Amino acid sequence: MDAAPTLLDQMIAAGHLVPTGVDGIYGRSGVFEDVIARFEALVTEVGRDDGAEVLRFPPAVTRSQLETSGYMKSFPQLAGTVHAFCGGDHDHAFLLEKIDRGEDWTKDQVATDVALTPAACYPLYPMLAAQGPLPAGGRLFDVQSYCFRHEPSTDPCRMQLFRMREYVRAGTPEQVQDFRAMWIERAKSLIAKLELPFDVVPANDPFFGRAGKMMKLSQREQGLKLEMVIPVANTQPTACLSFNYHQDHFGSTWGVRLADGAPAHTGCVGFGLERLALALFKRHGLDPQGWPSGVRGLLWG
Amino acid sequence: MMDKIRELIDQHAGLPQGAAEIGDDTDLYRLGMKSFASVQLMLALEEAFNIEFPEEMLNRATFRSASAIARAVESLSPGSLAA
Repeated sequence: MDAAPTLLDQMIAAGHLVPTGVDGIYGRSGVFEDVIARFEALVTEVGRDDGAEVLRFPPAVTRSQLETSGYMKSFPQLAGTVHAFCGGDHDHAFLLEKIDRGEDWTKDQVATDVALTPAACYPLYPMLAAQGPLPAGGRLFDVQSYCFRHEPSTDPCRMQLFRMREYVRAGTPEQVQDFRAMWIERAKSLIAKLELPFDVVPANDPFFGRAGKMMKLSQREQGLKLEMVIPVANTQPTACLSFNYHQDHFGSTWGVRLADGAPAHTGCVGFGLERLALALFKRHGLDPQGWPSGVRGLLWG
Repeated sequence: MMDKIRELIDQHAGLPQGAAEIGDDTDLYRLGMKSFASVQLMLALEEAFNIEFPEEMLNRATFRSASAIARAVESLSPGSLAA
């Protein structure tokens, strides 16, 4: 007997995702993109009166930003750096020869100043620091970007390139904690209206190695990361939103200051857009035309 | 051993004051030791005392104070008591 088709099989058969031959890298159909666009519009609507500054960066950070951010300390296994051919005619001929012979040609590629964005908020912090101390009310941003994480998987919820929408708050500890508490309540209401089952649970980031084990425990002990988990493609529900309190990690790392010179605290709410779209397809069916009228009304009304 | 632990706290905990001014039981996290710094301290302790903290000890409590660190190190290196 054949195994039941997985959600990934179903999404590919329906034409919503297009395989490329590399796990975790997929094309998206118009229908899939429309679900994401409508969901994002809903998120924008929820946050409309907050006065967030909208910023969109390409899915790249500078290599020096990746170094300064400390990402290589915590998540070296997930980072992606961009390399390029920088040789002359002779090197070019050598390169083509290697490709022709099926040999490894990538060792001669040279690191560029570009790395792939690991999380949508990463380009914000150096910009914030450069703009001087925060005003008394702090600042609030709306960012969205494709993000890269090197973790090839056949789990459609674990793509290598995926989009993350975020609201990012920078200010005093109280401002950031209030922001996070507010978004947890907003998210519960939003996801309930989309008729998705959910739970909000303590979580940790995938810190690398033995040192990472300690970072994970520390993050959990301090309640710095909460996730909203929704059943999608696996027996365990999948984290589709996260609510993060960075304390002064980015403020101290980048020199983002409050008016009194103290390091700013930051936090964010992140929406995993592909995961949320997949959760909707999984729960309500592969054809959005057939989704419950309340869900359709909310997204397309 | 306590001298060595204080020296490593000075080097890795990222505290505003020197370890000599800190009590054995003072909470290093309250003094400002960050998670990253405690990881650096953990790695330095392993190298200095030639030990490896088992996973169940890789938590905040193990590295909370100089005396907590000393207890953890002692429990892992019985040889160091005789030395």
